[in-house]
Amino acid sequence: MTGKLPPLATLGPFIALLAACTFFASQSDRFLTGGNLSLVLQQVAVVGVIAIGQTLVILTAGIDLSCGMVMALGGIVMTKFAADYGLPAPLAVLCGVGVTTLFGLVNGLLVTKVKLPPFIVTLGTLNIAFAITQLYSNSQTVTDLPPSMTALGNTFGIGGTEVSWGTVLMLGLYGLAWFVLRETASGRHVYAVGNNAEATRLVGIPTQRVLLGVYVMAGLFYGIASLLSVARTGVGDPNAGQTENLDAITAVVLGGTSLFGGRGIVLGSLVGALIVGIFRNGLTLMGVSSIYQVLVTGILVILAVAADQMSRRGTR
Amino acid sequence: MTIVMQAKGLVKRYGQVVALDGSDFELRAGEILAVIGDNGAGKSSLIKALSGATIPDEGEVLLDGQRVQFKSPIDARRAGIETVYQDLAVAAAMTIAENLFLGRELRREGFLGRWLRMLDKKKMLAESVARMQDLKVGIRSMTQAVETLSGGQRQCVAVARAAAFARHVVIMDEPTAALGVKEGNMVLELIRRVRDKGLPVVLISHNMPHVFEVADRIHVARLGKRAAVLNPKKISMSDTVAVMTGAMRPEDIPAECLAH
Repeated sequence: MTGKLPPLATLGPFIALLAACTFFASQSDRFLTGGNLSLVLQQVAVVGVIAIGQTLVILTAGIDLSCGMVMALGGIVMTKFAADYGLPAPLAVLCGVGVTTLFGLVNGLLVTKVKLPPFIVTLGTLNIAFAITQLYSNSQTVTDLPPSMTALGNTFGIGGTEVSWGTVLMLGLYGLAWFVLRETASGRHVYAVGNNAEATRLVGIPTQRVLLGVYVMAGLFYGIASLLSVARTGVGDPNAGQTENLDAITAVVLGGTSLFGGRGIVLGSLVGALIVGIFRNGLTLMGVSSIYQVLVTGILVILAVAADQMSRRGTR
Repeated sequence: MTIVMQAKGLVKRYGQVVALDGSDFELRAGEILAVIGDNGAGKSSLIKALSGATIPDEGEVLLDGQRVQFKSPIDARRAGIETVYQDLAVAAAMTIAENLFLGRELRREGFLGRWLRMLDKKKMLAESVARMQDLKVGIRSMTQAVETLSGGQRQCVAVARAAAFARHVVIMDEPTAALGVKEGNMVLELIRRVRDKGLPVVLISHNMPHVFEVADRIHVARLGKRAAVLNPKKISMSDTVAVMTGAMRPEDIPAECLAH
């Protein structure tokens, strides 16, 4: 980005996060404890990792409505392969991640080859993934998982606070995505496609391949999120992913990535996921019913998109 | 004068429609050649054939005397032909330096570049500054987003990108069409500088004053053929339009008005 000061779209999410933390700290003594913040991070890890994939898609001016359902399918595949067929955990996980990546590939092919709008494509795959998940699992929760499959849910202590390995993995993935998007040509091409796909094609960048790669990578991230979800809950849940689906889009938008493509920072999506998580956590600590949490999330999304729209109008 | 790019007997049919009907073309070293023609005269089909955007059905294209067959605009770019399109073909939220190097990014040397594929942003920035200074484009910071620039400045970025990377030819398709008077003049001035650097320019334009201001020769396309090549220093603007529309037959053009 340009200028001396980062634009509002970059600073806004951080300010909102700080404001939310300050507010909840004033409302509840338990909020700012290490244990509680670590819990928020653990809760945020699944949405956070889905949001990385979603950020990639939204940066290209697309949207992926299937993210949560694909994640749930990946979780069912890996748990059933391990629990029912007795596959070794790493192999079962690989199969689950393979299925979510395959869904990403299908989304990508429908967008690039059949030229369907991403909204419609992923609305379709959302339902397909949900149906397959229910059919394949018989709507039954998969239990009796090998311990190695839930290892990412284990924690280790830093200065008396327990941190889960899943949190560490999420932070590592954010670091990786941030590096690739910012420092490599492939990453910059994702922005270029979202900015002006035709101009990008005319300078000789294979825009269709960039788009396809983005959807495949998104599917891969959803698969990693499947593993985190399984590790956190300890079961394969056919009804997973239903709040995560929209929470991930909310996180990306709250993080300042423009739904019109080409603008945004992946670390913003982490901040966005934290904002969603902190509101959920803080309101729970205050004893507010979960329906109000949904209400607040809805208001936050509209505010974030409105802020994005207004900042764009300002630059034109 | 050496001939840089040449086309002989180009034919392009779209079903029943014959867009190019044996068109010839010749671009010489160090010149600005304007290509004009009414709608449907075969002007854009000719340019598309030269820039690799379409493949002609018949005829041949020669670059430095060598026969070339472009299958895509990327092929043409590899051969050193850069094209600037009218609709401000830049990525608005990205910086000027990023736009200049889009699709041709420089990587760092050693481990960081080869294994981590890290971009050499410093080098790209320095080269952007040097290239823009070379073309005397007065934009202060190469790290500002293109969307902070005016339409004319944005087009200057697109022209500078083409000029910086073209080894043989720069083709400009209506580069001033979307711009106001002052901005258009800014781009025309830049086009002259590109020529003065030694790169021949093909300028497609509907704007007769612009054509007469910068062109060394004028290629008139009509009915899928080359009707004439005119000398803008000798012929009037109204006679040029007459040739273009068919009101003046090519054989009636006074000999001194033809370009040699």
